[in-house]
Amino acid sequence: MTDTHDVVVHHETVVAGTPLDITDGGPDMVQFVDGEGTRLERTPANTPYAEIVEAMEPADARSMYRDLVLVRRLDAEGHALQRQGELGLWPSLLGQEAAQVGSARAMAPHDYAFPGYREHGVAWCRGIQPEQLLALFRGVDHGGWSPQEMNYHLYTIVIGNQMLHATGYAMGVQRDGAVGTGDPERDTAVMAFTGDGGTAQGDFNEAMVFAGVANAPVVFFVQNNQWAISEPNYKQFRVPPYQRALGFGFPGIRVDGNDVLAVYAVTKMALDNARNGLGPTLIEAFTYRLGAHTTSDDPTKYRSAAEVDIWREKDPIKRMRGFITQKGYADEEFFAGVDKEADELAVRVRSACQNMPEPEQSRMFDEIYVDPHPLVDGEKATFLAYQAGFDQEGGH
Amino acid sequence: MAMQKMSLAKGLNSGLRAAMEHDPKVLLMGEDVGKLGGVFRITEGLQKDFGEDRVVDTPLAESGIVGTAIGLALRGYRPVVEIQFDGFIYPAFDQIVAQLAKMHARSRGSLRLPIVIRVPFGGGIGAVEHHSESNEAYFAHTAGLRVVACSDPADAYWMIQQAIESDDPVMFYEPKRRYHERAEVDLDAGVRLGLHDARVVREGTQVTLLTYGPMVKTCLQAAAAAEQDGISLQVVDLRSLSPLDVDTITRVVKDTGRAIVVHEASTFLGMGAELAAEIQQECFHHLEAPVLRVGGYNIPYPPSRFEEEFLPGLDRILDAVDRSLAY
Ligand SMILES: Cc1ncc(C[n+]2csc(CCOP(=O)(O)OP(=O)(O)O)c2C)c(N)n1
Repeated sequence: MTDTHDVVVHHETVVAGTPLDITDGGPDMVQFVDGEGTRLERTPANTPYAEIVEAMEPADARSMYRDLVLVRRLDAEGHALQRQGELGLWPSLLGQEAAQVGSARAMAPHDYAFPGYREHGVAWCRGIQPEQLLALFRGVDHGGWSPQEMNYHLYTIVIGNQMLHATGYAMGVQRDGAVGTGDPERDTAVMAFTGDGGTAQGDFNEAMVFAGVANAPVVFFVQNNQWAISEPNYKQFRVPPYQRALGFGFPGIRVDGNDVLAVYAVTKMALDNARNGLGPTLIEAFTYRLGAHTTSDDPTKYRSAAEVDIWREKDPIKRMRGFITQKGYADEEFFAGVDKEADELAVRVRSACQNMPEPEQSRMFDEIYVDPHPLVDGEKATFLAYQAGFDQEGGH
Repeated sequence: MAMQKMSLAKGLNSGLRAAMEHDPKVLLMGEDVGKLGGVFRITEGLQKDFGEDRVVDTPLAESGIVGTAIGLALRGYRPVVEIQFDGFIYPAFDQIVAQLAKMHARSRGSLRLPIVIRVPFGGGIGAVEHHSESNEAYFAHTAGLRVVACSDPADAYWMIQQAIESDDPVMFYEPKRRYHERAEVDLDAGVRLGLHDARVVREGTQVTLLTYGPMVKTCLQAAAAAEQDGISLQVVDLRSLSPLDVDTITRVVKDTGRAIVVHEASTFLGMGAELAAEIQQECFHHLEAPVLRVGGYNIPYPPSRFEEEFLPGLDRILDAVDRSLAY
């Protein structure tokens, strides 16, 4: 094991006492369940969150497991649909299911989230329908869902941009007096998702500054999946993201991103703190992107199979299944039932994709501005007249 | 009471105050906008009266200012952002063109971003590098944004309120070298012109000067000088760069048959290029001469000892008038 391990330690430099070992989250990492699903004892790192996990019911564990499996299936279907030419692109979340399901499930319905482009698991937990989720990747829409209805902003492709939107939104929540009132229906928190590469962006750092200064009710959730396309972490930062939070004036937590219970617990506490007026938190979910960056990527060009193998052992679903089994929270029938549901979901996703209506072409001129804009209105009129010309010729 | 003589800066200040009184969701944000009242004092006294939550001194980070304004707008606020100087807007360029301009369309109209970005622009104040630029064409090129420029105290007062009322994002250009020009403003007049209407500021019969922002005054001076030589110039303040009031522009150009576009920005791919193309398309048979452009040279804004030559002045404008009339 040691030999393989040497292959994947990216950087030997020790910064602030922490080597950037991409397979080991170190002693600060909050974890509740080991690789086999065995519930861990209290440690200094996990103790602050232990009560949250202890309060969870068997039914919570079962439904989290269900979400993990369904989200993985949704993702696999997205990947397959791209391969079959139904989608232009698909960024897979394979390996990051626990980070997304755990964090999303910690949110209250009236909390608001700002995703990047890989957060299909969060979208799932917010109730986004498959056809809404796929619209962007099929090229029929730049959005897909109503952000206000779902309290889930549109995907953001430009890395880091959404961190500021989340912070501004949280500053608005503050101004609305929807923080620290003690009323759980009123107090609101905001979540912002990005990857480890995103932490290098100016907007990420500006968001930390604004959030810290304003003490805004926002939780920054960094999914450290170890890679930014082909660039390993040591090309992105010299200290892990969670250690940076302190420099901006609020806490940073590293959590095992493949341990759904741990992710849920730390996010729940961070969101509660935000709602209660205690300000922002940065959570670094230490996880791994098992698949390619997107369907356009070829990870064999830049990373070793040995590294992927180590992480495959840390599979979040296997781990949760082990936990549930060991605890006796469910039987084989339950697991078989979830698998059957996953099969049904796959069929639903596929047909939702294939039956997605083609957009009316003239729609591209609509809703560019709220007030009338003569240039766009004129171009739309010209376009419609041009199209009508074809219709009259009987062709097209 | 209704008529008040005030500077353009005061017009903006009063307009901002009126907007903030009218709608509690209006917020001012920017660097030094609070106690100091902004480096040009446009927001002077507003923090004292409206509090730190409505006149927000932000960290020194332009992308952060615009990015958080987007979040605030999504939450139902109407942020009015001050960019300290034209040359410092570039760190926010990404948030403006990639997010602010597009989000309404991306959400198929369900999200509204009623944000005003105030940019003091143009030269002529003897400033150091990055304090005298005219970057309006970058934003006029981006669909989803509205780009307007005020040129006098009355427009400053009314237009800023209209811009804040608009549910679209507005880039609001303020001619910084005209901040201290004073004129009568009728505070009871109400809005007389749409936010996107061009305005004939001087009638004339021989050549139309199309301009905006700081060059409006320069063009009026040129028209007065030309009159001495018996030449009648018409001056149009475009006011809105996107959308352009093409109807007014083409109507008045058809009357004279001659048009010259005057602005401070470099001419290459500037507003003048668009206007010249639009006019030749719409007025081809009415034109007596090609549309001419008088603008900054195609160089970075030069050190201030050169700006007298760099900026269009009376001589260059009148020279263009002569060339136009020679056809
Ligand atoms: C501003 C910007 N630059 C470059 C890209 C192209 N790009 C897309 S994803 C990506 C890597 C992002 O890595 P990370 O933040 O770690 O997130 P991950 O994809 O691993 O979840 C890059 C460079 C982009 N979308 N935005």
